[in-house]
Amino acid sequence: MSTSATATPNYYVPQPSRHPAFMAVGLLLVIFGASQWINGADWAKWVVAAGFLWVFTVMFQWFRDSIGESESGQYGHRIDISYRWAMSWFIFSEVMFFGAFFTALWWMRSHSVPALGGVDNALLWPDFKGVWPTMAPGSTASPANIIEPFQTMTPFWLPTINTALLLSSGVTLTVAHHALRENHRGRTIAFMWMTVLLGATFVCVQGYEYFHAYHELNLKLSSGAYGSTFFMLTGFHGFHVLVGMLMLLFITIRLMKGHFTADRHFGFEGAAWYWHFVDVVWLGLYTLVYWL
Amino acid sequence: VNDLPGGPGVRQLNLHTAATRIAVEQSWLHWFMLITCVVIFIVVFAVMFYSVWKHRKSRGAVPATFSESVTVEIVWTIIPFLIVIGMALPATKVLVASKDTSNADLTIKATGYQWKWGYDYLKGEGEGVSFLSTLLPSLREMSNNGAKGDIPDNYLLEVDNPLVVPVNKKIRIITTADDVIHSWGVPSFGVKQDAIPGFVRDTWFRSEKVGDFYGDCYELCGKEHAYMPIHVKVLAQQDYTAWVEGQKKAMAAKADDPSKVWTMDDIMARGEKVYASNCAACHQANGKGAGPILPLDGSAIVNDADKTKQIAVVLNGRNAMPSWKSQLSDTEIAAVITYTKNHWSNKTGQLVQPADVVAQRGK
Amino acid sequence: MSAVLDHHDHAHGHDDHHEHAPTGWRRWVYATNHKDIGTLYLLFSFTMLMVGGTLALLIRAELFQPGLQLVNPELFNQLTTMHGLIMVFGAIMPAFVGFANWMIPLQIGAPDMAFARMNNFSFWLMVPAGMMLVGSFFMPGGAPASGWTMYAPLTLQMGPSMDAAIFAMHVLGASSIMGSINIIVTILNMRAPGMTLMKMPMFCWTWLITAYLLIAVMPVLAGAITMTLTDRHFGTTFFNPAGGGDPVMFQHIFWFFGHPEVYIMILPAFGIISQVVPAFARKKLFGYASMVYATSSIAILSFIVWAHHMFTTGMPVTGQLFFMYATMLIAVPTAVKIFNWIATMWQGSMTFETPMLFAVGFIFVFTMGGFTGLILAMAPIDLLLQDTYYVVAHFHYVLVAGSLYAMFAGFYYWSPKWTGVMYNETRGKIHFWWSLISFNVTFFPMHFLGLAGMPRRYADYPAQFADFNAVASVGAFFFGFAQVYFFFFVVLPVMMGKGEKAPQRPWNDPDGKGAEGLEWEVASPAPFHTFEVPPKLNAAANRIVESH
Ligand code: HEA
Ligand code: HEA
Ligand code: CUA
Ligand SMILES: [Cu+2]
Repeated sequence: MSTSATATPNYYVPQPSRHPAFMAVGLLLVIFGASQWINGADWAKWVVAAGFLWVFTVMFQWFRDSIGESESGQYGHRIDISYRWAMSWFIFSEVMFFGAFFTALWWMRSHSVPALGGVDNALLWPDFKGVWPTMAPGSTASPANIIEPFQTMTPFWLPTINTALLLSSGVTLTVAHHALRENHRGRTIAFMWMTVLLGATFVCVQGYEYFHAYHELNLKLSSGAYGSTFFMLTGFHGFHVLVGMLMLLFITIRLMKGHFTADRHFGFEGAAWYWHFVDVVWLGLYTLVYWL
Repeated sequence: VNDLPGGPGVRQLNLHTAATRIAVEQSWLHWFMLITCVVIFIVVFAVMFYSVWKHRKSRGAVPATFSESVTVEIVWTIIPFLIVIGMALPATKVLVASKDTSNADLTIKATGYQWKWGYDYLKGEGEGVSFLSTLLPSLREMSNNGAKGDIPDNYLLEVDNPLVVPVNKKIRIITTADDVIHSWGVPSFGVKQDAIPGFVRDTWFRSEKVGDFYGDCYELCGKEHAYMPIHVKVLAQQDYTAWVEGQKKAMAAKADDPSKVWTMDDIMARGEKVYASNCAACHQANGKGAGPILPLDGSAIVNDADKTKQIAVVLNGRNAMPSWKSQLSDTEIAAVITYTKNHWSNKTGQLVQPADVVAQRGK
Repeated sequence: MSAVLDHHDHAHGHDDHHEHAPTGWRRWVYATNHKDIGTLYLLFSFTMLMVGGTLALLIRAELFQPGLQLVNPELFNQLTTMHGLIMVFGAIMPAFVGFANWMIPLQIGAPDMAFARMNNFSFWLMVPAGMMLVGSFFMPGGAPASGWTMYAPLTLQMGPSMDAAIFAMHVLGASSIMGSINIIVTILNMRAPGMTLMKMPMFCWTWLITAYLLIAVMPVLAGAITMTLTDRHFGTTFFNPAGGGDPVMFQHIFWFFGHPEVYIMILPAFGIISQVVPAFARKKLFGYASMVYATSSIAILSFIVWAHHMFTTGMPVTGQLFFMYATMLIAVPTAVKIFNWIATMWQGSMTFETPMLFAVGFIFVFTMGGFTGLILAMAPIDLLLQDTYYVVAHFHYVLVAGSLYAMFAGFYYWSPKWTGVMYNETRGKIHFWWSLISFNVTFFPMHFLGLAGMPRRYADYPAQFADFNAVASVGAFFFGFAQVYFFFFVVLPVMMGKGEKAPQRPWNDPDGKGAEGLEWEVASPAPFHTFEVPPKLNAAANRIVESH
């Protein structure tokens, strides 16, 4: 490992900045407000809103500053490498975050639900059949029968449509990347818009899926083991799609403003990595949550 | 204070005196580990302190220049590895033996409640016996008052109804819990098993001694975690048989007929007892509550003309208030509600009958 | 003047573009300088040590005698919980990040951390989180009382402060992840030319591995407490068997984080000890390569031992055996480390200034904690000791006499470089002996209590346990006051620049033997900006051969 320093002599160290501390204040508002709000304090929602407004304002300024630094050529080759490492490790941390929820899914469907319906626990839950999905004919949906009957989500058609959407967005994104590398800026921007659009459609389809689940299948966040894992996994994934889509959107806007060059465009690539990560998580969800 | 046989001794330095084979083996294993570790410790630090003594600058030591030796490093990787294997072998043996819960003579379910233990004799002699086991209220009271004066030897360990088992019989304990995780452990038997709500787990012991043995709830289970001891009385076989007889008779006599219609005086007297052993820990004897615990004295729900409201809270719980459905009988719930409705400054004059509770169960 | 309190005194040279660095409070709040941020981290964590310590002293005061005297059982549980949380997340972890901030760029010849603004963000995130944690005592129902392990379903019974704590942990997690990314990137990408990974000081190595552990497990903790949050408020049933969930699942996920977490708190300590011992033995660290491999092995093994905290939950015997064996294996790489330190001392030319005293104290007392860990790792014995004071004794031996002592060693070792003045040696020695003795008075009797079966998290206990508890309580107060002494009589004076002026290489003999590393190649106090142009290093990468 010898990324040598000789290439660029000075590593850019930014001037003192008020953004970090300000952002922390915004986050204090968010977490304080949120902890009050979910405990029934109605006024607290305004605190949360103010906090988010604050956070987004600071974020905007912070990004504006770094983009300015980047575009004015202060970021040398070494900084580029730093960003690459940082983005990779960040994505790794996201993998571990999803890992926790996939583990929960695995544990519940292959361990706790069967055990609750097993012979040992018949002492406590004589009527529960430990099958997955928990809503099986002749069984109560939960050991204590506290859950309303629901229908499970099938892979057809919404999730399959969404798979197609995400996979094609991966393709359009790659096309855009190649175009950027070959300096076809117009084509890049066009394909980026397509990617963003596909992402947005995904989010809408998922929104519709949730609507369908709540109103037609009676499948809710509170539908026991199945509902909990289904909504947490797909929900956090959907949220990540949203974030990834916003990242791509901003990158597209920057492209339209003339940022990035054919050989230096880590901002673009970072967002693309993230998008591919979100893609891969989806494939995991599609098989483990919807199919199996 | 003096040593408590079957419980802790004064300034006790080591594990409890074993009352089961497994505990003997565990105790042996602990000695074996302790001695091995102390020997390694002494050897390693003898070397270090020799060096500290000998190789100091003030004694004119000149630093050597070596900083590596693959041989030595391999040697001192392999030796600890072998030592660790030597430790793991006996541990494996003891562990496997302690996990075998098959062929029990007596199976008892221990259910953890906030904050007491419930015992149900499921299989074997005494089948059908069931009771709750709570720390003596006087000891709990003593703790609140700062445990001044003469502290009894069984302070915080004596319960109203100990678990009774015969000697030299394999007792399988099935643990579970009603609310949060508790842990059922008796050091002299070498057992400790978490009691997990919604799941059953099991452990076993075969006591070779008669007498009283004490243990505790070992898993943090809320406010009164320190006050839900385990007390096991091991009896000779014939004493045990006699106890079972007596227990069955008493249960038959006590079994309340939920269709009985009570008079105010009788039910108030009954309610007072239920209150003292179940509710006073949180709501206090004076009914005023404390901290997050709401007062009953003057409470709107207690004084409400609609008695179903209070019955619902007692049956199903609410926030910090646990559900009493499975711990108290219909009669007991009716009694304690009547008691709170007509005690302290509460003067509703309402009389709740067991039938009222029955009507609301399962709703 | 000290670099800690004033940076306008440094030699002006090649840093004109930094001339307008803010002064006063802005310097700290808007900081992008790794040394300033390091100082902020250290001060924050010391404050938290005092807060967490004060809670511990309240616990010890209550346990001084049988019976409830000062607090009710509910408040007692809150004290225990918040003591654990504040010490782990507020005191120990940020302190090591503070050391990393100060020392890593200096040790590898980098101008600063890779992402200076994000670095400051990591710090400032700790402040709201700390406020929420401490503030939870004042929320309705009081602070969380579920133990620092936050086991479900007890957490479901907690009041609003539980949510405050959960959000605080999310923010702390984000801070740790960003801090770790910063450290990894700095180490991988900003080393001066010639500073290969295998020439890097051990402290950097241990932090590199620690940062990797942090990135791997903090998100898992976030996942676990997020599920707690949704179980509490949004009707999910992850940990509720009535809905098909499992309380034990929380424990598995928590300890998958929790066990690596304890190594997160000890590996940087190993790093500091590996710097201090060679310096005062005037000899190179013995077995550098095997130290690196041992540290990595500990980190890798730490992912497969988590269920040794769960031996009493009722696992299948195969599971217990697997986790027992895996846990015991960790003794092997740890043994390598201990032996290497001793071999470094062997035939050295040792002096015992305070850093070395704390380092030797660390090796001695930490090993005791390691051995009790090994005894706990034996599943059949753990059945007796789990959730007793034996465990409490074990982890204070490794955390207080381990992590905390290593930090003291690091402070005494590097503070001349930070502040430009020498601490008072006599006071340092008083601090060491006072701490060592009172520490053992506090925690050694807890082994006996645990063996005799005294459960932890108990507000009151049978009278037979009274004497050892009284001893422990007295010891705790002495230990606590030793740290107050440390702050007022050692730390404050050097921060204010009072004391003998520190030479550039305070730990070196006239013949040059002693401490090695690039941090000693810069003046004392270290100038505000160092290594803005990568230095040219000698073959061993421990000396600058040519300054530009
Ligand atoms: C800095 C933190 C730290 C460190 C380094 C360790 C190190 C170890 N810990 Fe500890 N542990 C904790 C912090 C730590 N622990 C905490 C906080 C808890 C409680 C959490 C809670 O419940 O709240 C805990 C609990 C805990 C338990 C659970 C107890 C219970 O709840 O029942 C166990 C069980 O296996 C255990 C084992 C070990 C082992 C085997 C090591 C090993 O790494 C130790 C290795 C070291 C040595 C063995 C000594 C040096 C070696 C030699 C001198 C060589 C020769 C030795 C041999 C050949 C044997 N620890
Ligand atoms: C991580 C590090 C860490 C550190 C450094 C400590 C430090 C101490 N701890 Fe620790 N402790 C834990 C981590 C730590 N602890 C954890 C994780 C738990 C488990 C929690 C749980 O069960 O959930 C625990 C639990 C725990 C218990 C068990 C509680 C119980 O089970 O109910 C006890 C009991 O004695 C205890 C005592 C102490 C003492 C006396 C100190 C002493 O070292 C403290 C020394 C005191 C000071 C440093 C403060 C000095 C301050 C003053 C004297 C006030 C002056 C004020 C100003 C000047 C502003 N701790
Ligand atoms: Cu029940 Cu602790
Ligand atoms: Cu562990």
